[in-house]
Amino acid sequence: MAERMSLREAISGYVTDGATVAMEGFTHLIPFAAGYEVIRQRRRDLTLIRMTPDVIYDQLIGAGCARRLIFSWGGNPGVGSLHRLRDAVEHGWPQPLELLEHSHAGLASAYVAGAEHLPFAVLRGYAGSDLPRYNDDIRFIRCPFTDEELAAVRAVQPDVTIIHAQKADRKGNVLLWGILGVQKEAALAARHTIVTVEEIVDDLGAWPNAALLPAWIVSAICEVPGGAHPSYAQGYYERDNRFYQAWDAIARDRQTFQAWLQRHVLDTADYAEFSRVLGETQAVAGAEGTAAP
Amino acid sequence: MTTPDSSQDYTASEMMTITAARLLKNGMSCFVGIGLPSLAANLARLTHAPDLVLIYESGPIGAKPRVLPLSIGDGELAETADTIVATPEIFRYWLQGGHIDVGFLGAAQIDRFGNLNTTVIGPYDQPKVRLPGAGGAPEIAGSARQVFVMLRQSARAFVPKLDFITSVGYLDGGDARARLGLTGAGPVAIITDLCVLEPEPPSHEFVVTSIHPGVTRERIVAATGWPIRFAATAPTTEPPSEAELRTLRELQQRGGAAHGEG
Repeated sequence: MAERMSLREAISGYVTDGATVAMEGFTHLIPFAAGYEVIRQRRRDLTLIRMTPDVIYDQLIGAGCARRLIFSWGGNPGVGSLHRLRDAVEHGWPQPLELLEHSHAGLASAYVAGAEHLPFAVLRGYAGSDLPRYNDDIRFIRCPFTDEELAAVRAVQPDVTIIHAQKADRKGNVLLWGILGVQKEAALAARHTIVTVEEIVDDLGAWPNAALLPAWIVSAICEVPGGAHPSYAQGYYERDNRFYQAWDAIARDRQTFQAWLQRHVLDTADYAEFSRVLGETQAVAGAEGTAAP
Repeated sequence: MTTPDSSQDYTASEMMTITAARLLKNGMSCFVGIGLPSLAANLARLTHAPDLVLIYESGPIGAKPRVLPLSIGDGELAETADTIVATPEIFRYWLQGGHIDVGFLGAAQIDRFGNLNTTVIGPYDQPKVRLPGAGGAPEIAGSARQVFVMLRQSARAFVPKLDFITSVGYLDGGDARARLGLTGAGPVAIITDLCVLEPEPPSHEFVVTSIHPGVTRERIVAATGWPIRFAATAPTTEPPSEAELRTLRELQQRGGAAHGEG
């Protein structure tokens, strides 16, 4: 049953060293505040799962939290490379990162299988691609009815899934809308689910079939307004495309990245303080006419 | 970015985008990659194909963005879509289900049979450059009824042999693709800043079928890493119309202003 708690309590209670963690949200509703808290608590040896690692996993990888990454597209959307991800893969910094690499269709299907509690999912995919040669969780099987060769992908079943949503009610029922990604599948596939929300309200005012996770499948609810920034929360704030563009320069250099991480994440107590410090950085950058976030 | 050719008032990039946009027909359903494909698809929608259905892998179906999205899932796509579906659904029901007319892809490397690499330059385990990876492309390349590929032409991008096949074109050519049992026909055109290439049956090797104005054959040969061939007839691509250019530039200006550029 959903328990309301601080983000610090939720991460310390559910995310342990060596855990398999999925933080989902396809461009929209990415749980950045939760990512910062994992870094702050200095979790290590995590297996991170995300279709699009995005800046959130660039930060976690650069901070040394991850041992292994399961993903399907690892760029900075609309900008270019994730430099911390690349540095880990190309140079083993700050530690080597094992990759388990899918296509979107493959990883989305692996989440579906996880939610269904099936060992694998079937899809018409990967034919002719080199990806199956480097990912043992992609195999080919024969259809028992048509004899057609089809791809099979091993289910993903995270220890913990973390997502961000627009609203929860006081019981812990969760409402999200807009681009939904694989959040529902990731939540249903996991042993525990942490949900950060923009706000907690008396009445969700939702249509009967609106995208909702009922309270009884959610482990922890944390009210973290703005917690998806620099991604966005439809109806609350827009994607901070300037931050994504500015991230390129910050993440390109190890020292610049570490200084950013120290000042904004490691030296702040929680997301509220992080936001205040980030606001100061952005105000200075704005006054200087530079693009730093 | 390419610089404007002094003899004409449009750039090679603009010629590429406009040529690609023209291939999209009104009413088609088009699965769009971010970047150049998204730019071309939106240009088509704002010019000759107002009922082009744009589908983005983040879930929006029938998106009609007023400004170009920076990412594949900007709020602008969600707000202007006919509907938004979850990611497993977009791939499993809509793409695999056979509802996509055109898949529109980019790539870092391409070979003469239209196979695409977006994964690594160099060996997989010790990459020289780690690229973003597959995204939606392998299954778009397999299941869309037909595929258009759009990228700038250079000997680094148009290579004799890919370091990694991320998404399949015609593999080794001939009937190699047909034997994979894919439901889509495969890549039918590569649109570059120099020319248009199409697969020549029965080998399915891509040959130049249209050359952009002012581009010489020597330049195309130099910008291709394999001994490229020209179709028996390879006419000059029709130059951009004033309306195409104006619409494209307005679209880019709106995007640049929205994302904090220039």
